[in-house]
Amino acid sequence: MSDVLLEFRNVSVIFKIGGGIGLFGAKNIVAVRDISFKLRDIPMITALVGESGSGKSTIARLAAGLLEPTVGEVKYRGKNISDWLETKEKQFRKEVQIIFQDPYGIYNPYYKIDRFLYTALKKLANIKDVNHSRSLIIEAMHSLGMRPDEILGRYPHQLSGGERQRLMLVLALLIKPRLLIADEPVSMIDASLRAIFLENLLELKNKISTSCLYITHDLITANYVADEILVLCHGRLVESGPAEKVISDPLHPYTKLLIKSILLPDPKMRHVVGDVRVQAATLSELKPEKGCVFRYRCPYAMKVCETQEPRLIRFGDGRHVACYLYESTPSLV
Amino acid sequence: MEKSDLLTVDDLKVYYKTILGDYKSVDGVSFAVHKGEIFGIAGESGCGKSTLVDGVLRLIRPPGYIKSGRVVFEGIDLLKLEENKLSEIRWNKISYIPQGSMNSLNPVLTIEEQTTDVLVERGKLDKDRAKELIQQKLSVVGLPKEILKTYPHELSGGMRQRVIIAVAIALNPTLVVADEPVTALDVVVQSSLLALLKELRDKYGVTLIFVSHDMAAHAQLVDRMAIMYAGKIVEIGETDHIFRDPIHPYTKLLVSSIPTLEKKKIKGIPGVAPSPLNWPSGCRFHTRCPWATDICSKIEPPMMKMTDNRYVACHLYNGDVM
Repeated sequence: MSDVLLEFRNVSVIFKIGGGIGLFGAKNIVAVRDISFKLRDIPMITALVGESGSGKSTIARLAAGLLEPTVGEVKYRGKNISDWLETKEKQFRKEVQIIFQDPYGIYNPYYKIDRFLYTALKKLANIKDVNHSRSLIIEAMHSLGMRPDEILGRYPHQLSGGERQRLMLVLALLIKPRLLIADEPVSMIDASLRAIFLENLLELKNKISTSCLYITHDLITANYVADEILVLCHGRLVESGPAEKVISDPLHPYTKLLIKSILLPDPKMRHVVGDVRVQAATLSELKPEKGCVFRYRCPYAMKVCETQEPRLIRFGDGRHVACYLYESTPSLV
Repeated sequence: MEKSDLLTVDDLKVYYKTILGDYKSVDGVSFAVHKGEIFGIAGESGCGKSTLVDGVLRLIRPPGYIKSGRVVFEGIDLLKLEENKLSEIRWNKISYIPQGSMNSLNPVLTIEEQTTDVLVERGKLDKDRAKELIQQKLSVVGLPKEILKTYPHELSGGMRQRVIIAVAIALNPTLVVADEPVTALDVVVQSSLLALLKELRDKYGVTLIFVSHDMAAHAQLVDRMAIMYAGKIVEIGETDHIFRDPIHPYTKLLVSSIPTLEKKKIKGIPGVAPSPLNWPSGCRFHTRCPWATDICSKIEPPMMKMTDNRYVACHLYNGDVM
């Protein structure tokens, strides 16, 4: 199955918290439950969207090999990521790059950013000649519209958050990973610089055919860059499909709610009606122990939703949804 | 000062002392907020939004200081007021929702204990009256009264923010200043909180100053707005005009950098925001402005009145200098 770049097969991650003494008080937090999806090995951007606590970052860490699933398999190009890390860690690290949310945390403040780029080139691309590295770096910066003379020779704190995130894209351009995992890369940078980052991300897809798993809570940017969208709700995958279809005609009630709640940057289209009242059901914000994870907030919840969890079913046109409202739709499986 | 103005800020300068010199976070800002309106203050990180509202409420602590300016609220200059008179106005007439305040609730006290404490202290109420009042305000913000018995960790971020709003409006202030009240919350929660803020004005007549970096939130909520850049206000106008027909180059570029669902091409603003230690000479945006001419780097453009309710500080335009 070489046409699949990344595959999650029935993946669950359970974190244990508390219970320092003996067996008492330990609690299991199910971060993601029974997630299955595939990313095809073609240059495309797949957005993974969901609210806080939906398991987005857990999936990013699983895909980057920073976390092992409690149950299930995470495969990169047909092989378990744990096998990659045992046998070909260097190759895996070269092929799969991650960009974290915080553009402040990843650079060593004591060194100029040049060193960060040189080291990466040395370790991952085996380019040891500094002059050669330098010319490659300058070329990569130019092609992403950055000015090397304003960036090189500086310390991380002398750069803006947007520049630091774009440096990760420069790195991607140099190392040419097959898969780029971007975990909320623009949530901490300003609007004027966010736009440039998103444009660069699209350029990267076209220039070096990198696939990208773009993780975000922001449906507008997801819609802007992504070819496909996966929607997570309380650790479950509830809907997936081509971006324009998911946005223009969402199937799952949760996706519908998300899209209805988007704040549009247009005063002519005011719609902040939301529900001013908080429903008692959200008081504890517990996710239901059984049944559909969204049923407490779902306006269409039925009897069956309380007892049984809906499966992810095929809806046609490359779309999938996990909701009983669509169970009667003829499956194309 | 016009009759409908509730608050006017005149050439306010708020600096921070550092060993490298003064950090000129807010460097000569003027605006007026009309009674009963929702006034937005927008701008990117580091432009001085939070320092501005801290200055307006005189909450600046050393090394920060108010260099000069006037802040007139209901005819009284807050910057000249004695401290004890000022604290009477705070909470009773003006209340403040600081950035991230939903995370400042005390984790070891119940919501009831900490909210009634504030009202007893600030409103000079007895405990029972305070509890009654907070129950009433919780229903205004859409929370069931059962949450009084809970601890902050049992509530979601959106619910904690509602608790903060309930306390902020408890003593029926005329003006509420909210600094990034919907930031770091989920979209669904953001949308309902904006609806709540709007209801406070529509139903209860509260005047609101809404500070946010999020242009979409402004588009959805505020009546008029000010755009800040590098410690100054560059444009003030009705929200609709700001988005439909921005006139300052920075506002133009900022508006065109926001993606919408229609997926039109977006463009960022190249370059870096300047440092408050060393603002550029002349117009502070000239280093990034595609329309900049010679004069822009030499002379600082004054704030000019263009048409009704529209103010801009840019050499490209001619208007009445304020």
